[in-house]
Amino acid sequence: MKELELFYEISSDAYAYAEKWKDETGGKVVGYFCSYTPEEMIAAAQALPFRIFGTREHITCADSHLQSYCCSLVRGGLEDALTGKLAFLDGTVFPHTCDSIQRLSDIWRLNAGFPFHIDVILPVKLDTDSARAYMLDVFRKFRRDLERQLGSISDERLSETIGMYNSIRLLLEEIYLIRSENPAIMPGSDVYAIVKSAMVMDRRDLLGRLRGIVDALKTKRQEENHDKRIVLAGGVCNHPDIYPILEKAGARVVWDELCTGTRYFEGMVDNSGDPISALAARYADRIVCPAKHCGPDSRGRNLVNIVKEQRAHGVIFLILKFCDPHSFDYPYMKEYLDKENIPSMILELEEQLPSEGQLETRFESFIEML
Amino acid sequence: MSGEKATKKPDALNDDFKSVRRMKEIMTNYYIEAKTANEQGKMVAWITSGGPVEPLIAMDIIPVYPENYGAMIGASHMAVQLCETAEQMGYSRDLCGYARSDIAASATGGGPIPGGLPRPDFLVCCNNICGTVLKWYEILARYFKIPLFIYDTPFIHTEFSEEAKQYIRQQTFDYIKFLEEQTGKKVDNERLKEVGRLSVGAIKLWQQVQDTCMHRPAPMTAFDAFFHLALIVTLRGTQIVIDYYSELLDELNDRIARKVGMIPNEEYRLLWDNLPIWFKMRWLSKKFASHNAALVASTYTNAWSSTVDLIDENDLAGSLGLATASIYINISIDRMISELGQMIKKYDVDGLVMHSNRSCKPYSLGQYDIQKMVMKEFGIPTLIIEADQVDERNFSESQIETRIDAFMETIKAKKK
Repeated sequence: MKELELFYEISSDAYAYAEKWKDETGGKVVGYFCSYTPEEMIAAAQALPFRIFGTREHITCADSHLQSYCCSLVRGGLEDALTGKLAFLDGTVFPHTCDSIQRLSDIWRLNAGFPFHIDVILPVKLDTDSARAYMLDVFRKFRRDLERQLGSISDERLSETIGMYNSIRLLLEEIYLIRSENPAIMPGSDVYAIVKSAMVMDRRDLLGRLRGIVDALKTKRQEENHDKRIVLAGGVCNHPDIYPILEKAGARVVWDELCTGTRYFEGMVDNSGDPISALAARYADRIVCPAKHCGPDSRGRNLVNIVKEQRAHGVIFLILKFCDPHSFDYPYMKEYLDKENIPSMILELEEQLPSEGQLETRFESFIEML
Repeated sequence: MSGEKATKKPDALNDDFKSVRRMKEIMTNYYIEAKTANEQGKMVAWITSGGPVEPLIAMDIIPVYPENYGAMIGASHMAVQLCETAEQMGYSRDLCGYARSDIAASATGGGPIPGGLPRPDFLVCCNNICGTVLKWYEILARYFKIPLFIYDTPFIHTEFSEEAKQYIRQQTFDYIKFLEEQTGKKVDNERLKEVGRLSVGAIKLWQQVQDTCMHRPAPMTAFDAFFHLALIVTLRGTQIVIDYYSELLDELNDRIARKVGMIPNEEYRLLWDNLPIWFKMRWLSKKFASHNAALVASTYTNAWSSTVDLIDENDLAGSLGLATASIYINISIDRMISELGQMIKKYDVDGLVMHSNRSCKPYSLGQYDIQKMVMKEFGIPTLIIEADQVDERNFSESQIETRIDAFMETIKAKKK
């Protein structure tokens, strides 16, 4: 699809995009790592919220700050900060995520040297009144901290930005729904390019282009497809190469449960009342990541529901090596799937993917049993 | 050198202290009581090591510490087998060794206590030590199908915000309400006050015990402190702990008076960072002793006393959580360095030994930065030992021995 060219360009070199955006608009770019970042406030302050994925190659500087048992997301992000590849950032926002990101925030603040650094110390549990009250306090505090750096954020502008984000989320969901209905309509790498770009590009531009994509998809003819339907589960997936290999092996991704997927866009903000309260409620109510608590098994139940709703044949867990929260959840989530006779496999992601041949063999043998 | 000193074994885990025998008695009785809780009509709560235990004690609930059990498992060389069981259950080998050991021990009744730990009635998880405990306790909650209370202590990066303090105070009330629901009894505020008083008393004594190592030669080492730590973790808030540390303090003061050091010929003084390597305590203490080096303090044992000034005995509910959230591992690297600096000066140490612990990311990530800053700001040599608190597969003895020897040579050369 012609509409997708820009998304491929951005997702393959997000840093170049951010630099260009900055040159052209004179705006500020604010980096972040986690889908719990209340991006709406950053965008309402006219800055570009920019999700950092980090390099996976040629680590030279980060290793003198991080032990070998730290995940590639943390290592690659720090590497790019220390080698100057992220020099376009005007600041970084660190919502409380996991033990590794928590320490990365300190190392980053002490070594990376960006103009500003804000820690957003969110509650870890989200299912009590006191935690939700604290969440709201933290959001109010984040607004004050951000205003000190980026200038005042009016309620009107915030409400307007929330409205824009709601539209973006709905369109992303619509793309997912169209694909689930008609999995061969576009390759998985197209959806990957869209979602990754959505986390780094100018959101107003994004909104317009997403509309264009949805319109184009709606005019496309339904194609007969008998590939197996797969759900991806896990944390961050920054490996577009997985999709063509899966498709070659006879499967299509129809939905996901990823930080770089549905966990990013599911859950609308009720934009009728006080915008900060509404935002805090959305981030407390959205589907939890494994570093947050909302009952002992909400993620397991959610995954089973996704598989049933999307009529998927199997689940592939993509888990970063050394990611504690996801590794702790994997056995019970697999068990929940097993109980429903839903087959699953796990792929532990290191800096580099296994060789294409090896991946093909693993996917093929999994897909054969579906 | 007195004759008595020369005959002392260079081994911190010796039985020279009367208190060591007393500790074994206390811990045995404690576990017997916990194992027979049902017969006494008492409830058992599993709680994390940094969690606020005082309300449990005040409500006659027996606290049991999976982490203490993890240390026992490690010290008795049972961790590898249990970790492998957990790995067969699907838990990655890269996860915390305490968590893996305990999850496997819960499922199999394994470990040094016959039949494992007493079954919990409910769980209390405080995340001031890590995010791992949150996941670990969720696993326990699913496995035992029992309620889980989470005491959430926001991390302190550049500030301890008023918002966070308010949240923590509110959670203490939530916590007490949760306990009242579990037990069907109202908390007795007078009793809570008394427990608070005993707890603060015990913490202050624990600080005094550690402070005896400011003396040269140090009457005990960090390896002894790792052992004596068990009571401040498990039973603070009871009279037993006060009595125990009072006796231990008497013994230590007696040693100081007689100038008896734990390491014969103490020449070098070192500070330990991170959890102990439980399965190599004896070897490590002998190794350092062979260089006439005494590990006189550790950030680990200090974590159970360093925040005592934040506790207001008369307002336990209002202040306990603030101390809980302020411990060493819940603060930023720069704040850690300032605490380390105080310890370096207080105990007058010649070097810093950092255990880079694969099981504990919040304690270990950041150590490389801390190492550089300590060398720059305090001018002392530092050593990083890559190992694990319990998983013996992550310990390379010959490599570590070479590194310790080289580190000690640097210290000796510097002191000449």
